[in-house]
Amino acid sequence: MTILVIAEHDNKVLAPATLNTVAAAAKIGGDIHVLVAGQGAGPVADAAAKIAGVSKVLNADNAAYAHQLPENIAPLVAELGKGYSHILAAATSNGKNILPRVAAALDVDQISEIISVESADTFKRPIYAGNAIATVQSTAAIKVITVRATGFDPVAAEGGSAAVEAVGAAHDAGISSFVGEELAKSDRPELTAAKIVVSGGRGMQNGDNFKHLYALADKLGAAVGASRAAVDAGFVPNDMQVGQTGKIVAPQLYIAVGISGAIQHLAGMKDSKVIVAINKDEEAPIFQVADYGLVADLFEAVPELEKLV
Amino acid sequence: MKVLVAVKRVVDYNVKVRVKADNSGVDLANVKMSMNPFCEIAVEEAVRLKEKGVATEIVVVSIGPTTAQEQLRTALALGADRAILVESAEDLTSLAVAKLLKAVADKEQPQLVILGKQAIDSDNNQTGQMLAALSGFGQGTFASKVEVSGDTVAVTREIDGGAQTVSLKLPAIVTTDLRLNEPRYASLPNIMKAKKKPLETLTPDALGVSTASTNKTLKVEAPAARSAGIKVKSVAELVEKLKNEAKVI
Repeated sequence: MTILVIAEHDNKVLAPATLNTVAAAAKIGGDIHVLVAGQGAGPVADAAAKIAGVSKVLNADNAAYAHQLPENIAPLVAELGKGYSHILAAATSNGKNILPRVAAALDVDQISEIISVESADTFKRPIYAGNAIATVQSTAAIKVITVRATGFDPVAAEGGSAAVEAVGAAHDAGISSFVGEELAKSDRPELTAAKIVVSGGRGMQNGDNFKHLYALADKLGAAVGASRAAVDAGFVPNDMQVGQTGKIVAPQLYIAVGISGAIQHLAGMKDSKVIVAINKDEEAPIFQVADYGLVADLFEAVPELEKLV
Repeated sequence: MKVLVAVKRVVDYNVKVRVKADNSGVDLANVKMSMNPFCEIAVEEAVRLKEKGVATEIVVVSIGPTTAQEQLRTALALGADRAILVESAEDLTSLAVAKLLKAVADKEQPQLVILGKQAIDSDNNQTGQMLAALSGFGQGTFASKVEVSGDTVAVTREIDGGAQTVSLKLPAIVTTDLRLNEPRYASLPNIMKAKKKPLETLTPDALGVSTASTNKTLKVEAPAARSAGIKVKSVAELVEKLKNEAKVI
């Protein structure tokens, strides 16, 4: 059994979600190869070679792969993947974009966002916004799977010494092209990898009031998230959204401020170790999942909390 | 140009589902069903393209039980021109649905196919990408903006760090994200008119598609319940608990 893991990267840095995906591969068992498809992504391939448990790194360097366009990368993965028992990618926006295209090219069903490995062919995954957990068995010759990073502790980024092998195959479907991107800039830890997350909802009232959360987050070394209501109201950009349709987080501590706790929001954070809710409505559903609840006006409680921690 | 929109009948997003006692699935008897929220956004986008004069005809398609006709009628009331139901009583995987949609697309020859990014029941986020692979078309997933010009479509996509724009040759596949648009409500006169619009019914056999699957759901369980928490009286007490009891700060 040999497993192919698709590396998540931006041509410069290997994304941490790759380490969680390798951890899922290690649970399945067998040799683990990592594919780095990109342009000038040599440093990423070198970083991948150092991941504990990886035995080989395939580096496909081509202009067609520079922006992770699925029309070009999926045929590459499908071609290489024919020799593997499993193909895994992190359930990031890239992984979700590319992998189903690979599965269809290989004519197999995909299993999305697994949270545990029961055996080499059986996996658990959440459905209905995390309100049910399905155990799914795959009889496909090649199992195509995306991995929810919060379900697996990352493997060590150092300690391995895999060989890096260049892959010559170039697929350019010629039906899509990259136009541009706008990335949000932040000095705080990345939301999905942060140990502490402070999130604000509709109760923040406006974008300016998020400064209270930023101050608290900076004191705690935390990332700042938001509910869909806060994003839709334009308080903060959408890449901060936590929930079924946003990011899935499972930090040590999640502080929900002015968030009612709709099913769709809980889907993104209810696996956090400790949940704190600050809300002035004592009937808010968030209190049903909170380990510590404080019924208070957030505009008094948050600055006081910032002072005391 | 012709636009094909795929819609799915799912449990209403406000319903808190319960797992069946025998762990065979979730209990959907007597539960309110609706059009998947992302599919509503897909229908809305197609209607807006028609209002802008870009689209000439909107064909809406659903794959599912006979009752999915309700969701197709809703789409017709929102502005779709005609509907196709591919009737299947079984629970199909995303790949099977993608194959059926491919067969419908081969018949209809749309220039643009719009789907939701994921269905809120299976949470798979696969069908649009799979359909794109089977058709050999480009894909603009998680779209927050769609602009058709000539024989290409520019799609702005929501990605982990922000937004990305790609240009795709038509025909292409687009999957909708939440922020693409705000779906409209169907007016009563339009609901009445929708009853007269054509709705064709097909079967997987008639389309010559095998819906066999390599995935099998062994069981469905309720997630582990969180133990009950406590309410603290003051910020000072909260900080004390976080430091000494939970030891997370």
